[in-house]
Amino acid sequence: MQAMLNHFNLWALMKYFLRIIIITLVALCALTGCKKHKTLVDIGNEQHILHVGNADEIADVDPHTTTGTPEHNIQTSLFEGLVLQDPETLKPKPGVADSWTVSDDGKIYRFHIREDAKWSNGDKLVAQDFVETWHRALMPALANQWASYLFVISNAESFYTGAIKDFSEVGVKALDEQNLEIKLANNTPYFLQLLNHNSMYPLHIKTILKFGAIDERSTQWTKAKNFVGNGPFVLAEWTPQKVVVVKRSPYYWDVKNVKLKEIHFYPIQSEVNAERSYRAGQIHLFDKLPKEKIAHYKNKQDPAYRTFPMYGTYFYRFNTKIKPFNDVRVRKALAYSLDRESLVKNVTKGGELAAYTLTPPNPYGYTSKAQIPYDLEKAKQLLADAGYANGVGFPRMKLLYNTLEGHQKIAVAIQEMWKKSLGIEIQLENQEWKTFLENQRTMNYELCRASWIGDYIDPDTFLQLFITDGGNNETGWSNATYDQLIKKAANSSNESERFEYFQQAEKILDEEVPIIPLYTYVGNRLVSPSVKGWKNHLQDFWSYKDLYLEPQVSP
Amino acid sequence: MFLFILKRVFQSIPVLFLVIAVTFFMVHAAPGGPFSQERNVPPEVVKKLNQRYHLDEPVMQQLFSYVGDLLRGDFGPSFKYPTHTVNDLIIAGFPTTFELALYATLFALTVGLIAGVVASLRPNSAQDYIPMSGAMLGICLPSFVLGPLLLLIFGIWLEWLPVAGWGQIPGDKILPSITLGASYAAYIARISRGGMLEVLSQDYIRTARAKGLSPIRIVFVHALRGGITPVISFLGPAIAGLLAGSFVVETIFQIPGLGRFYVQAAFNRDYTMILGCTIFFAFLIIVFNLLSDVILVYLNPKLRQQVSGGH
Repeated sequence: MQAMLNHFNLWALMKYFLRIIIITLVALCALTGCKKHKTLVDIGNEQHILHVGNADEIADVDPHTTTGTPEHNIQTSLFEGLVLQDPETLKPKPGVADSWTVSDDGKIYRFHIREDAKWSNGDKLVAQDFVETWHRALMPALANQWASYLFVISNAESFYTGAIKDFSEVGVKALDEQNLEIKLANNTPYFLQLLNHNSMYPLHIKTILKFGAIDERSTQWTKAKNFVGNGPFVLAEWTPQKVVVVKRSPYYWDVKNVKLKEIHFYPIQSEVNAERSYRAGQIHLFDKLPKEKIAHYKNKQDPAYRTFPMYGTYFYRFNTKIKPFNDVRVRKALAYSLDRESLVKNVTKGGELAAYTLTPPNPYGYTSKAQIPYDLEKAKQLLADAGYANGVGFPRMKLLYNTLEGHQKIAVAIQEMWKKSLGIEIQLENQEWKTFLENQRTMNYELCRASWIGDYIDPDTFLQLFITDGGNNETGWSNATYDQLIKKAANSSNESERFEYFQQAEKILDEEVPIIPLYTYVGNRLVSPSVKGWKNHLQDFWSYKDLYLEPQVSP
Repeated sequence: MFLFILKRVFQSIPVLFLVIAVTFFMVHAAPGGPFSQERNVPPEVVKKLNQRYHLDEPVMQQLFSYVGDLLRGDFGPSFKYPTHTVNDLIIAGFPTTFELALYATLFALTVGLIAGVVASLRPNSAQDYIPMSGAMLGICLPSFVLGPLLLLIFGIWLEWLPVAGWGQIPGDKILPSITLGASYAAYIARISRGGMLEVLSQDYIRTARAKGLSPIRIVFVHALRGGITPVISFLGPAIAGLLAGSFVVETIFQIPGLGRFYVQAAFNRDYTMILGCTIFFAFLIIVFNLLSDVILVYLNPKLRQQVSGGH
């Protein structure tokens, strides 16, 4: 058969196929232009369109029914609270309200709504809009997951739980069109910060009512053609898993200072994909630079690379209800034996800061005095006191973390540290995210990874976690003095006294060690050099109205 | 023939119901729920949410009301993206997935057939080994390796083609189609080579050559028709596989297709979306398998006789 086939004029056949292939390739090139083309970023720079890699598809744009960061990123462009925050000084600056006063005891706030505040459909924004919005936010049937943020307002919690039926008893009142009065339950020094949070944004209730009952979740009012907001931008397109487009709102009070014309948010779940899109010039910026790429951008001193401390802590939880972790000596021994400096230097390598206590240092003047030290000798002693000298007889405990390479590296390093320094063998177990959350919530674990990013810059957001039976305690740990100190701090109207209570509470936490703080988070981002006005922020928040684009001058 | 199809359709109904029931219990048995998140909210809120979405009812009751809605063609609202119904999301995502699968199939057929035919003309020579090694590589190289590799070369180094998107920038459909189609091209190459080898040794090819016909005419008009029959029977399940298996490619290239929705739904515990996609894909697979069976019966007189003969 071989011989037979040789009789074919093979060369003719090959030429025929070759011709087909070449024609196809040429056609493809003609169609796409096989040359360096203008990227989306180049075009965006000329037309003032910002392209953002957003970490996930958004569930909704209604701030009362969503909680995620991707949603938050979009909501900050669509709405504006009473007060904004200066990204550098972190001081409040006028937003919808152009001025405000605070009573001496810090419990009554009066806001003057600016006369030119408008909704994106041209309606005037008045004080009553805030009253109606917060009424909605606290309606039980809406099941707003941010509702507890409003509990700082007097009687808000009672209204939410149904103890009070009449909303007029809640401490928020429109004195007239322009003036809003808010009574707080306690002196809350971080209240102005909360007002810049998406849970406190005003919503256009008339639009919501057009598409359903006021306390109905997820109606059509958030679709692009129906949406009304009060922010610098307005929703223009929302195609699931593809793009969310927002356009500059002509009715925004400060529109003359908004330089971007449009922002396009792309849901890019994978950090690796996001970084690739950035390199190919398809997005200006995105959430998180993959860990393994950090060194590359750092070493070549890429102007796009930004690293900055964040208000968040990575830590391990003990299940304090089970043996041997019900013994504080064991918990202390395990915590004291961890070399966190070496962990951030050799394992995480993203510029993280070793953490010796739960609360990260903060610019408002609170830094914990108490610490959980790195002290090997003491650790060994404590473990021996607990009856496990040199780790003999210590049960094989399981360390649980959610499936992610970064967490695994840390877990392996810590497993090694305990083995070397204390002679303790632990087992590692990883679980898919939702399974992990469920097991953590129900305390079906022995040791587990955890993290917390502060909701506002105040020690309260961290120390609140570990009050007895707190929804996010999840360690089974409880201490009556600690609870009292947190309560006292909430009732105190003197800042230094308040911080002193927090100091004492944190000292108890560091003595009792229900958790082992490992490091303070840092943000690692790429922001295209053509994006101007970007400021690093402790909570990684930014304000789109301050951003503008300048075509890059190539070096 | 009609009876045969009818029988097959009736056979597939219990299969679909089994798929629904098994998936339903599996998603509800998975730990965590659509509303579990890192920061826990007060228990009253969780209770309200569960009430709102009927998650506090017994699972059997939930299953019955789900199947009831399903019979009316309603997949229900998505848990994670509650302003969209699952129907809307499937309608939004499927055309993209279908288009991707279509281009991938076209790529697979073109490249696969050319390689297979070229190889079959000179078996056990370089002309055979080179395309066949390529095919072996194509089968072994999974799309999550091939995709990023192509992206690196054509997207980042050469800057010829975009690295993400679908229909946003000209040319962004090329790399995903090639990535998805590559392994199928490899299979088609191997199958068509086998088919061609068999046909080329037949007497009628010798006759055709003896009559002095041009090689192109012999290969394309006489041999190819018989040689690619096995490819056709491969295509039915292959297209179903391309549709249901496109999620890796959709994730790599940021394509807003149904496969990506499906995988995300599993991570999000979006019960209705998981079920909707599973049922939809199960339905597609059943339909494509039925179609390829019907075509096979139609092409093969022996089978046709069996079918019309009853038993």
